[in-house]
Amino acid sequence: MTATARAPWVQSERFLQVVIPLAVGLVLLGAWEAVCRAWDVPEFLVPTPTRIAATLAADFGMLMGSLWVTLKITFLAFALATVVGTLIAFAFAQSRWIELSFFPYAVLLQVTPVAAVAPLVIIWCKDTTLALTLCAAIVALFPIIANTTLGLRSVSPGLASLFRMQRSSRWQTLRRLQVPSALPYWFAGLRISCGLALIGAVVAEFVAGTGGQGAGLAYQILQAGFQINIPRLFAALALISATGVLLFWGMLAATRLALGSWHESMAKQER
Amino acid sequence: MLAPNRNHAVPVVEALSACKTYGNGTQALAPTDFTLMPGEFVSLIGPSGCGKSTLLKLVAGLLSPTDGRLRWWRGGAEALDEPGRRLAFVFQEATLMPWARVAENVRLPLDLHHVARTEGDARVATALARVGLSRYARHFPRELSGGMQMRVSIARALVTEPDLLLMDEPFGALDEITRNRLDDDLRRLWSERGLTALFVTHSVYEAAFLSTRVVVMAARPGRVFKEITIDHDGPRDAQFRASPAFAEICRTLSDALLQASLASGPDQFETDAEVQP
Repeated sequence: MTATARAPWVQSERFLQVVIPLAVGLVLLGAWEAVCRAWDVPEFLVPTPTRIAATLAADFGMLMGSLWVTLKITFLAFALATVVGTLIAFAFAQSRWIELSFFPYAVLLQVTPVAAVAPLVIIWCKDTTLALTLCAAIVALFPIIANTTLGLRSVSPGLASLFRMQRSSRWQTLRRLQVPSALPYWFAGLRISCGLALIGAVVAEFVAGTGGQGAGLAYQILQAGFQINIPRLFAALALISATGVLLFWGMLAATRLALGSWHESMAKQER
Repeated sequence: MLAPNRNHAVPVVEALSACKTYGNGTQALAPTDFTLMPGEFVSLIGPSGCGKSTLLKLVAGLLSPTDGRLRWWRGGAEALDEPGRRLAFVFQEATLMPWARVAENVRLPLDLHHVARTEGDARVATALARVGLSRYARHFPRELSGGMQMRVSIARALVTEPDLLLMDEPFGALDEITRNRLDDDLRRLWSERGLTALFVTHSVYEAAFLSTRVVVMAARPGRVFKEITIDHDGPRDAQFRASPAFAEICRTLSDALLQASLASGPDQFETDAEVQP
């Protein structure tokens, strides 16, 4: 709080958090450009950043269309995983027996590679969007289940005794104690899962290999690879990475909004 | 002042040969008889492992006795919470909900009992005023000092207008000046409200200052070793703390505590402490 009054704006935490990574990025891109030019690296091996940017601008319409397809699947999968994962976690937290019976299968879901399951899902589901959404949701599901279950169980023993002494109902304990206690864990799960949903969406599309109208970024990468259009491949790759970073930042902002007022991890350090 | 009338009044709590053995075989409390009369302020002191926290949790109903029984106002636990039979517990730590503001924390017991909004508001305001925290109603717990958090915890206990106030070393982690101030406040609240209080502490000074009666306990097995009644009718204030009478009470308590330590069984590692079940 006092930092803004005392220190110049250059030292403000937020400014540093944005500017320093940005500066590092620019330096690295500059070095990349310089190396490619100095050694005359052929475009089909490593294109220069400026070439990639030019391709991104030239193919903007097509790439944005694909990005939209990938984003749609990512968001649908993330939403599905969030709802299903949270519900499963609630069931686990309500009864040891349910957790004991089903947790191993949740793990099974996590350790089975989505690339191996995707062909089956695609055969079973007529609708491609649904199939891809399911595959991506499977990838994103486990962190939400594991984190939320842990959170619902991580109630301070003192507060639990207090609620017991006040003879609170199961519902009251859940709503007033377990859910707020679990929120930081839930958000931690969401932060991991939003990235996984994107990865799942891309991987599933690779496996599905769908083209035409509903082609996502994975399809663009595949096509660009076949055509040895490496600048476009890089452009698609850059879009996927940028999307992942933005998703993560979005979740971080949401976490800060929800927990900022009370949780230690989100509280500003007083100096 | 508020001397308990042992002849007519109904005891607030009776432990009848109540004992507690934890699952790992530790006998935390040997069969114990203990009575708490209305208006008493009783402190439990003793070496670690003497079962004072166990006895307090039995009285709170947080633990069930392995054998023997407890009665509250001559009845079972099911009649607790009715008007005139309310109890409140103050933990070692403030035990506040970090996500809720001070006022919401204090309101919690009322919310759990579905007390109406407007009535709740008034009672929360009164409880916060009693502990001198009216200005901090909108703060979050992490913005308060340890002593202030403890006062919020006491306000949360008082908001239900309890008849029996149970405290488990509530001020143990605080510095001496803060602790003395809170002891002053507590003693004042007790005399104003006509509460009955059961207080676990490590400090003979705290016990001497607050209590009408001190129960000294011994360990291995945990048991009541000696009971000392403190007859001091004058006000308990800073003057009392500096008086020869206070020093005398402290000496008596210290002697009893030392004897209790000597009478405690050998301190074996695996049987030490009040192990949680």
